[in-house]
Amino acid sequence: MKAFDYVAPDHEAEALEMLAAEPGGSEILAGGTDLIGLMKQMIVTPDRVVNIMEIPTLKGVSADSQGVTIGAATTLDELLAAPELEQFPAVKQAIRGINSMQLQNQGTLGGELCQRPRCWYFRNGYGLLAQGGRLVAEGDNRYHAIFGNAGPAKFVHPSRLAPALVALGAQVRIAGPGEADETLLPLETFFRTPRHEGQREHVLAPNQLVTHIHLPAAEGKGNATYEVRHGEGPDYPLASAAAALRFNGSRVSEAQIVLGHVAPTPWYSLDAVNAIVGQEVNYDTARAAGEAAVAAATPLSGNEYKVQLARTAVQRAILLAAGLETGGF
Amino acid sequence: MAEYSWPKYHAATVLGKDHDRIDGLEKATGAAKYSYDINRKGMLFAKLLGCPHAHCRIKAIDASGAEKMPGVRAVKTMKEPGNEIRWQGDAIVCVAADTEGAAAEALKKIKVEYEMLDVFVDDEDLAAAEKAGRAKPAGGNTQWEVEPDDDLDDEQADAEIDRLLKTAEVVVDGYYGINVITHMCLEPHGSTCEWNGSKLTAHLSTQNVSGTAGQFADPLGITADDVEVHCDFIGGGFGSKFAADTWGVMAAQISRETGRPVKLMLDRDQELKVAGARPSGYLKARVGADKDGVVTVWDSHHWGTSGPKGGGVSQTVIPYVFDPKNRRRKQTAIATDTGPDRAWRAPNHPQACAMTQTAYDDIAAKLGIDSYDVFLRNLPSVSPKKGAHSMADTYREQMEIGAKLIDWKAKWHPHGKGKAEGSIVTGLGMALHTWGGGGHSSTCLLKIHPDGGVETSLGSQDLGTGTRTAIAIVVAETFGLPVSAVKVNIGSSKYPVSGPSGGSTTIGGVSESNRRAAQDALRQLSEKVAKKLGVDAGSLVAKDGRIQVADNPDKSLSWKEACSLLGMAPLEVQGKFERGRGESPLSSSQVGGVQMAEVAVDRDTGVIKMKKFVAVQDMGLIVSPRTAESQIYGAVIMGIAYALFEERIMDPKTGAFLNCELADYKLPRLGDIGEIVVEMYEPKDEYERGVVGLGEPPVISPGAAISNAVCNALGVRVPVLPMIPKRVLDAIAKGGKA
Repeated sequence: MKAFDYVAPDHEAEALEMLAAEPGGSEILAGGTDLIGLMKQMIVTPDRVVNIMEIPTLKGVSADSQGVTIGAATTLDELLAAPELEQFPAVKQAIRGINSMQLQNQGTLGGELCQRPRCWYFRNGYGLLAQGGRLVAEGDNRYHAIFGNAGPAKFVHPSRLAPALVALGAQVRIAGPGEADETLLPLETFFRTPRHEGQREHVLAPNQLVTHIHLPAAEGKGNATYEVRHGEGPDYPLASAAAALRFNGSRVSEAQIVLGHVAPTPWYSLDAVNAIVGQEVNYDTARAAGEAAVAAATPLSGNEYKVQLARTAVQRAILLAAGLETGGF
Repeated sequence: MAEYSWPKYHAATVLGKDHDRIDGLEKATGAAKYSYDINRKGMLFAKLLGCPHAHCRIKAIDASGAEKMPGVRAVKTMKEPGNEIRWQGDAIVCVAADTEGAAAEALKKIKVEYEMLDVFVDDEDLAAAEKAGRAKPAGGNTQWEVEPDDDLDDEQADAEIDRLLKTAEVVVDGYYGINVITHMCLEPHGSTCEWNGSKLTAHLSTQNVSGTAGQFADPLGITADDVEVHCDFIGGGFGSKFAADTWGVMAAQISRETGRPVKLMLDRDQELKVAGARPSGYLKARVGADKDGVVTVWDSHHWGTSGPKGGGVSQTVIPYVFDPKNRRRKQTAIATDTGPDRAWRAPNHPQACAMTQTAYDDIAAKLGIDSYDVFLRNLPSVSPKKGAHSMADTYREQMEIGAKLIDWKAKWHPHGKGKAEGSIVTGLGMALHTWGGGGHSSTCLLKIHPDGGVETSLGSQDLGTGTRTAIAIVVAETFGLPVSAVKVNIGSSKYPVSGPSGGSTTIGGVSESNRRAAQDALRQLSEKVAKKLGVDAGSLVAKDGRIQVADNPDKSLSWKEACSLLGMAPLEVQGKFERGRGESPLSSSQVGGVQMAEVAVDRDTGVIKMKKFVAVQDMGLIVSPRTAESQIYGAVIMGIAYALFEERIMDPKTGAFLNCELADYKLPRLGDIGEIVVEMYEPKDEYERGVVGLGEPPVISPGAAISNAVCNALGVRVPVLPMIPKRVLDAIAKGGKA
């Protein structure tokens, strides 16, 4: 680990002041479950680490008729316990899927969304885009992207909550760079696919801070996350999907379907949405939506199997959101 | 010569009974100090700069940047310009500093220039290896039921194999494989070294306390008497920790030069890259069988890698356990730019089992008959010798026991023909294994103090298997004392020499030396007691804390009273066992085991779940059932790991070890192992064979048993272990075609 300055401000404004304007100058520390490992391996080498866990305004869950607002430094464990989130089983399912009390107790919502990709070329020091994507394309890409992978970025976005949050129409509040600067973005547009080495997987400037996530009230929308996991450990899913469905009678009137771990960003599938809207949900219609979701997949040399996993994840997320048996284990 | 023996079957009172581990509380509370826990005042932290490339030549090393770093006390090059590097992570420079952070940062300041060389890491692609000049023949062997008058040349042998295959009722033409895995010791390799004048103490994480002192001494230019290797507790070794290693010697050297203790433990990625791996194996076989599934001809070619030297899985164990009358086997070694192998729990056996007993199961699949029957009918071809009865008899009895425990007859269905529940299919599979496990040479020094205290000292080590507890049980049984009355001193090279813990040899060795010492000591003590009681020493027994006339408890002394007869000095007795000196009444070798797996597979995701796993195992006389059972559980879990999860993944282009961190190196968790049933097979004739080692055998069969169960569920073979979802889905997509 490279030596660094450590600060722990107790106000958002103070935190913003401490953040460096240039990329890599500072890093935000919340739970630290990802950052510490990256720093130990010197993949990330900030001059300053800004711990935001002492800032009270970044913590907690509050609800009103419009929806729920969650502080970015709220731990995943606190989210699991929050009654305000009962209307969002998709979120709780994703947190439970982490299968690690340590990560749930220590990890925060903001950190979960901003954690760095698990791509092993990145983690082994070859850079996020690893020789313009060639290392991944010609190497072992079993866990890499099957969508959005035409450019140099072929990693998959690591967030396990993002598919659910995007499907539920979450917005992200960003503070900075100035004390009075505040932006509210649809979470979907927060994520982006980097084109150049050094770009991050989101639009946050180095001296900006995610402060809150806002979720509009579910208002009866059935929602679910389904992850395909190799085992029962804290490993990341091989593919996942979140679905949020509104029903008119027995038919789906509105749907949001977002895939996870298949692309450099959470992957919104309009094809799946179009396939399920207007349908009654059953095994076959959910399957058809799964088929539609992967019809345009572009697997790499070693991850064709993920197309099948994504198909199944979409099918099962839809079934689960509709309160039906998913099949599987 | 004194006679040594164990109590008669079912007559022991301490031996073979359940006891808590005598060091269990220490381990559970963290009081136990592992090598990694050894810290000293003023200690330096040493770290290694590993080569980032898999195959290159060093052109120049400039370590001046590191030397200038504040806090850095030593910078030592371990490789020189001109040296060829054959695997990623190979140590080039060692830096020792006041803090771990300073050492890590200093490594980043070292500039090394490399000349890049061709990289080859794909051990499965035989054609590519041949093209790259990385493949070379590594032996083979042929046997014929009817030996021809003259040796057959290759062409004639081909023709004979073809002829035999034509006469077979069924022929399986299969491909099977198993990837390289690492040892993944929870505690990485390393040591803390300190000097007291001219004497070195190395707190080394080792399986080989008695054998590593000389490994330090020689390169340091001292003699082994000036070295103490010390290891009270080790966090896993699995065959990879027999050596002082270059980094151990380096820690000692820097400690001598700086006059400060030095701690050098490998980082996780280094542990995986440089500290040991299990060779891979990939096998193509044509196997012919009669209508009952009895194999009449076996013809195989397998390849794999042990790293830069080629190697792979020894052809001598192909096919595994079974030895058909007509058999040809051939091995090719593939040299790869990957970390070299080290012994991994039962070297060669797990891979051989996984590559060949799968082919036996495919015969059952092809004939549409019960796999159990195919295994049973091929038992006559297993090696016949084991103590009083044959291995085939042992397997037959163990199969019956296992089948009952897993309810084989009721649950079995022809391959791929089970009833599916949605996308979930289930299946059963089995496999057999064998291992030697004879005791190693071991010497102990047993002391009985005049106050009744009992201690035994030997240069053995507890690999996590419960060695202290087993030794205490043996001594306590002999003296008629509770286990808690025996103090066990192990973990130092200054104690009498006892063998390294490898090859499942420890329990046999330490039981031998300690039983011998204890029986000899008891005889000497009994002489004194006999004189005091006015009875014949031969009539005395040690029982319930007393030394008494066998059938007359009134004629007795308490243990303490008896020991007071020793006078001022403790009674010291050496117990000595030398391996290879003929048969011993206390221990023997050669065990058999049968394992059966029940799995469920989700055909839509390729995810496999363990439902139930049954392990039936013999180990001769069981000294410590609870720790023995624990070893079998551990072995089965380790087997599930390599069957379903773990593999070393190398980047084909750079030769980088991609999953060299725990986050990416997949291992099963509690939720992945299902129900494990351990059945200790210890009939009278097993007990009477004496002690046989157990550490390795139960880790051999899981790969084949689970693969066979998956094949039974799906109706297609997932050819290569681990059976990760990708491979399961690929196999389903191909419909079993290669």
